[in-house]
Amino acid sequence: MAFEGLTSKLQETFKRLKNKGKLTDKDVKDAMREVKLAMLEADVNYKVVKDFINSVSERAVGQEVMESLTPAQHVIKIVNEELINLMGKNESKLNISSVPPTVIMFVGLQGAGKTTMAGKLALYLKKHSKKPMLVAADIYRPAAIKQLQVLGAQIDVPVFSLGDKINPVDIAKAGIENAKKSGCDYVIIDTAGRLHIDEELMNELVNIKNSINPNEILLVIDAMTGQDAVNVAEQFNNSLELTGVILTKLDGDTRGGAAISVKAVTGKPIKFVGVGEKLTDIEVFYPDRMSSRILGMGDILSLIEKAQEAIDEKKAMDLQNKLMHQQFTLEDFLEQMQQMKKMGPMKDLLKMIPGIDSSKLGDIDIDEKELDHTEAIIKSMTKQERQNPSIINSSRKKRIAAGSGTSIQEVNKLLAGFEQSKKMMKQFADMQKNMKKGKIKFPFFK
Amino acid sequence: MGWFDKLKEGLAKTRDSITDKIGEVLSINKKIDEELYEELEEAMIMSDIGYKTSSDIIDILRKRVKENKIYDSEDVKQLLKEIIVEMMGNNNIGIIPDNTPAVYLVVGVNGVGKTTSIGKMAYYLKNKGYKVVLAAGDTFRAAAIDQLEVWGRRTGVEVIRHQEGSDPAAVIFDAIQSAKAKKADILICDTAGRLHNKKNLMEELRKINKILEKEYNQAYKQTLLVLDATTGQNALIQAKQFMEVSDVNGIILTKLDGTAKGGIVIAVSNELKIPVKMIGVGEGIDDLQEFNPTAFVDAIF
Repeated sequence: MAFEGLTSKLQETFKRLKNKGKLTDKDVKDAMREVKLAMLEADVNYKVVKDFINSVSERAVGQEVMESLTPAQHVIKIVNEELINLMGKNESKLNISSVPPTVIMFVGLQGAGKTTMAGKLALYLKKHSKKPMLVAADIYRPAAIKQLQVLGAQIDVPVFSLGDKINPVDIAKAGIENAKKSGCDYVIIDTAGRLHIDEELMNELVNIKNSINPNEILLVIDAMTGQDAVNVAEQFNNSLELTGVILTKLDGDTRGGAAISVKAVTGKPIKFVGVGEKLTDIEVFYPDRMSSRILGMGDILSLIEKAQEAIDEKKAMDLQNKLMHQQFTLEDFLEQMQQMKKMGPMKDLLKMIPGIDSSKLGDIDIDEKELDHTEAIIKSMTKQERQNPSIINSSRKKRIAAGSGTSIQEVNKLLAGFEQSKKMMKQFADMQKNMKKGKIKFPFFK
Repeated sequence: MGWFDKLKEGLAKTRDSITDKIGEVLSINKKIDEELYEELEEAMIMSDIGYKTSSDIIDILRKRVKENKIYDSEDVKQLLKEIIVEMMGNNNIGIIPDNTPAVYLVVGVNGVGKTTSIGKMAYYLKNKGYKVVLAAGDTFRAAAIDQLEVWGRRTGVEVIRHQEGSDPAAVIFDAIQSAKAKKADILICDTAGRLHNKKNLMEELRKINKILEKEYNQAYKQTLLVLDATTGQNALIQAKQFMEVSDVNGIILTKLDGTAKGGIVIAVSNELKIPVKMIGVGEGIDDLQEFNPTAFVDAIF
């Protein structure tokens, strides 16, 4: 398969680096070759990749490997750091006008998703107790104004329009005046999509900019953009001096190398990302997470973060002990399940685990309902039953099924499943013990 | 002419031949120069051909340079172009149907320019003398139907539409009946832009296909995938996903009027064997052209 995703590609690479005592020049070189290919497959611009590889290689070669890290981990650390350097460390907030309204101007190529994103951002602001207004300044694309109006109606945000016969500069000015009068504190101006080499239309944007002085000029760019992302970003930035970037369509298998390219050539922060088709699918952009995702640690950093928030560490330790000593009860199982629930839907969690290709996840439907049933069944047991499931006879089963609103079959299924996982855990625990003693070497832990 | 002039002339010849030799040596050097290959590969990657296809091409190039004993770097470049043109194929270009009635199902992810391309296709085909009907099958995106209707008015082509949010399969069903009743030559169906990873939307496409099969079986059917020239390697994934629910017969490459080279279609041709049929080169109604591989490759290098 040519395209298993940058994530798994990089994991492959680093897997190969693992378990080598020392990191030689050749190792770094080999690794960097793979990193280069992976980044190119993710559509990071060729020149940006070259620079990146050079800078990472320079740092990697001749560096002392930190004591607590394996050489491979050390390379990951450096690559990660450099990626974060490239992307910027923190999320970046919207510039806000001292005198409302704050004016945000959207610019970009055709089809980047400006109009949809205008709706999403308006809804986002509204949810944060702001009063946004949308201004329809795309007078060229057929039905673009209508599209914005439909979106505005869906999210209950006012849309200002003067039709498609008025100059966009005048529409923008009138829109802002209108927002002031109606007490709106944010104005989002949707402009027509245009090519970065179309001087006439670029001049129109410059005119809009000069006459309204927006607080934000955001380039809306498709995350699937290829090598040309740098040219687009550069041209828009040269003409308009962007304040930031919004990356759209960053969902599914989109690897979003464009994010790196755009940041590298403009230096402007990515402020938001569009992650789906619903109007609520907008997120603040976290550069550090993006780089770790590209790196092949999935969003494992945010997974860890999430897990830490939800799970009390001591409880986790206790659990581990119980697992090791085979004292794992249904009560523990229930607790564990509830903690997992706190972390969010299973599907989202799975997506964050590196190496899991989310496009293949499509078919796996984790039934959250089934988890609810399981919870209900366990809750219908007495304390004694939870501690020692072997005492559950058929009359107890009947009672439990009735109490949880499930069937005896379901109760049976749960008990059987529990026994099985207990066995598996014992095996794992034994494995771990043996490994510590160095008894067994596993062929699959290459 | 005195002997002096003769000598001069002779010397000039020698001098020329010496320079030629030097030039030859230089180009021999250039030939064995990894730098040249690297340069070419870089140019290919920069135009979104992608690493895999670029190295496939370079492999073929190396072989042919050796076989044909080529020494001049200009010739290498020429050879490279030939290889790519071969890869793209020369047949199957254009959207003139083999027979009528014909139905074109136009698919693609969001924002690639499906609706606009359909408008241009309608204009192009109408000018070739075909009677065209459009089906507003994108009932999902806000105002997509209106956008198609504007194109219908511009081109003087009828648009079959339902309400926004209605079942697209039902729209297609009605459009087929209408095309039959009006004895239309070509029915072009718009569909909702879908991110190829959205299962439901892909399911919907499957349903539309079923209806086309059942209700318009006699028609010459083509599924055309619209790709944005600015798209990178993700286009391969897009194409693969659409191939799973539909036989994709060809590509319409849009937005070739910017600085993007659209090299990704070479990768699509190479890896998935889908030919490019038409290209969109501007915003005007007549800015849809038959694909010309040679001109396309010339533009890349």
